[in-house]
Amino acid sequence: MRITKRLALGLTAAAFAFGLGAANAQETLRIGTEGAYPPFNNLTSDGKLVGFDIDIANALCEEMKVKCEFVTQDWDGIIPALQAGKFDAIIASMSITEERKQKVDFTHKYYNTPSAIVAPKDTTIKGVAKEDLAGKTLGAATSTTHYNYAEKTYTDTTLKGYPTSQEFLLDIANGRLDAVTDDVSVLEEWLKTTDGACCKVVGMITPVPEIHGEGAGIAVRKGETALVEKFNAAIDAIRKSGKYKEINDKYFPYDVYGG
Amino acid sequence: MSALPDAAVLELPPPVDRGWPGKRIAGHVLVGVWILLGLALAAYLVTAWNPELFQRYAPTYVSGLGVTLLLVGVSTVLGALLSIPVAAMRMSNSRVLSAIAYAYVYFFRGTPLLAQTFLIYYGLGTFRPQLEMIGLWTFFREAWYCAVFAFTLNTAAYQAEILRGAIESVGRGQWEGAESLGLTKWQTLRMVIMPQALIVALRPYGNELILMIKGSAIVAIITVYDLMGVTRLAYSRSFDFQTYIWAAIIYLAIVELLRNVVELIEKRLTRHLKR
Repeated sequence: MRITKRLALGLTAAAFAFGLGAANAQETLRIGTEGAYPPFNNLTSDGKLVGFDIDIANALCEEMKVKCEFVTQDWDGIIPALQAGKFDAIIASMSITEERKQKVDFTHKYYNTPSAIVAPKDTTIKGVAKEDLAGKTLGAATSTTHYNYAEKTYTDTTLKGYPTSQEFLLDIANGRLDAVTDDVSVLEEWLKTTDGACCKVVGMITPVPEIHGEGAGIAVRKGETALVEKFNAAIDAIRKSGKYKEINDKYFPYDVYGG
Repeated sequence: MSALPDAAVLELPPPVDRGWPGKRIAGHVLVGVWILLGLALAAYLVTAWNPELFQRYAPTYVSGLGVTLLLVGVSTVLGALLSIPVAAMRMSNSRVLSAIAYAYVYFFRGTPLLAQTFLIYYGLGTFRPQLEMIGLWTFFREAWYCAVFAFTLNTAAYQAEILRGAIESVGRGQWEGAESLGLTKWQTLRMVIMPQALIVALRPYGNELILMIKGSAIVAIITVYDLMGVTRLAYSRSFDFQTYIWAAIIYLAIVELLRNVVELIEKRLTRHLKR
């Protein structure tokens, strides 16, 4: 009898703990982000997350009336970490692409800006066509749509892959690279810095839907349709309420939502 | 000759009945668990086998493996060469020389290889005008040279310590004996000390090589795509964990091969010590 009693007690405790855990999980939503992609998401020197993605995430959480907690994660491992349950959603300027859709579910886009190419001010690169970059050395962050596009398009170019944008920006300032490619808003933000003074935008890349996807969305684990719908409703709501525009204008002089 | 009994006549000690104490059972269970894990891994690889994935990424794995081996090979050899003067300085009677060598070893053993590689590539990159002035920029411009440079400096520090330890492990009496026979210092080192020291050093050298193979997996941060770098690329495209398992198997195979080679060399070198 004593054993059964203990078992029952144990089970009750377990059920209680589980119930408590479940209740907690509903209240806090863990958001995964990279923290190395200014102005979208970046860690300040004192370890605080700032940026467009972060402000949007906070606005969405407020709209959905949940508490949000941020988790920073290397870009390369961000999808596996989502799948492993380290967080519940990725808000990290992730482009909605076919390849990624096979692994995660996406909300609607929350912004869409094109890629651009940046080169030193005295560059001989005239444009962004394949011939313009022939024989040059181009830098991009691996596992990004920018890198994939460069790999498919600029076949006569030496393409160098970096872990994050921070590294290839260092390398173009050092003169190891002839050009770099990334999201135009990221590059323009960098051009404003002292390091960025070396360089200019040589052109914008016309988006290719199969590679660039349909803009940046929020990724959640496959099958979590309810969460996707909640996010979608919240995106629509902050678009309507003017909150989105407020955040947009804080970071960019133009509309990043795109057509 | 009759004083020694014939080997065939010698009786083997009777086998000891070890019984089945808890430790022995636990050992068998653990081995069983490992075997099961191995089988599960094999089963996973068979079920997850994806010829398309293999076709697409096998060539990149081969090139990545080539980069890893070349990088580790070149920097280990250069590091071995550099370690000789460092070890000599470390053991020298001059306080200054020994302090310099000590500081060098202290720094390179005390900081992560990742940080050293990063500093040499990105850190020195910011001193481009100064480097250009002394004509070193063409060297430091290339990620490959930076990687070899960083790895060489790192492994040289470890190898210098291995060398020093091995030489110091040979007794003072050996030096004194050689001196009494009229051998010069250099002759003593070359013909008396080193043959004994290298036997001691062999295992640590083998370990260092293995550590370098595994340590080299960080080099992709400076755009040198080694085995780990291509694995990460393949994973980021396919989101298939197989890619990492393949890399792990390749690393394991290299390490296992190295281990066996070291063992063979050791058997050969110590055959005079066998009784």
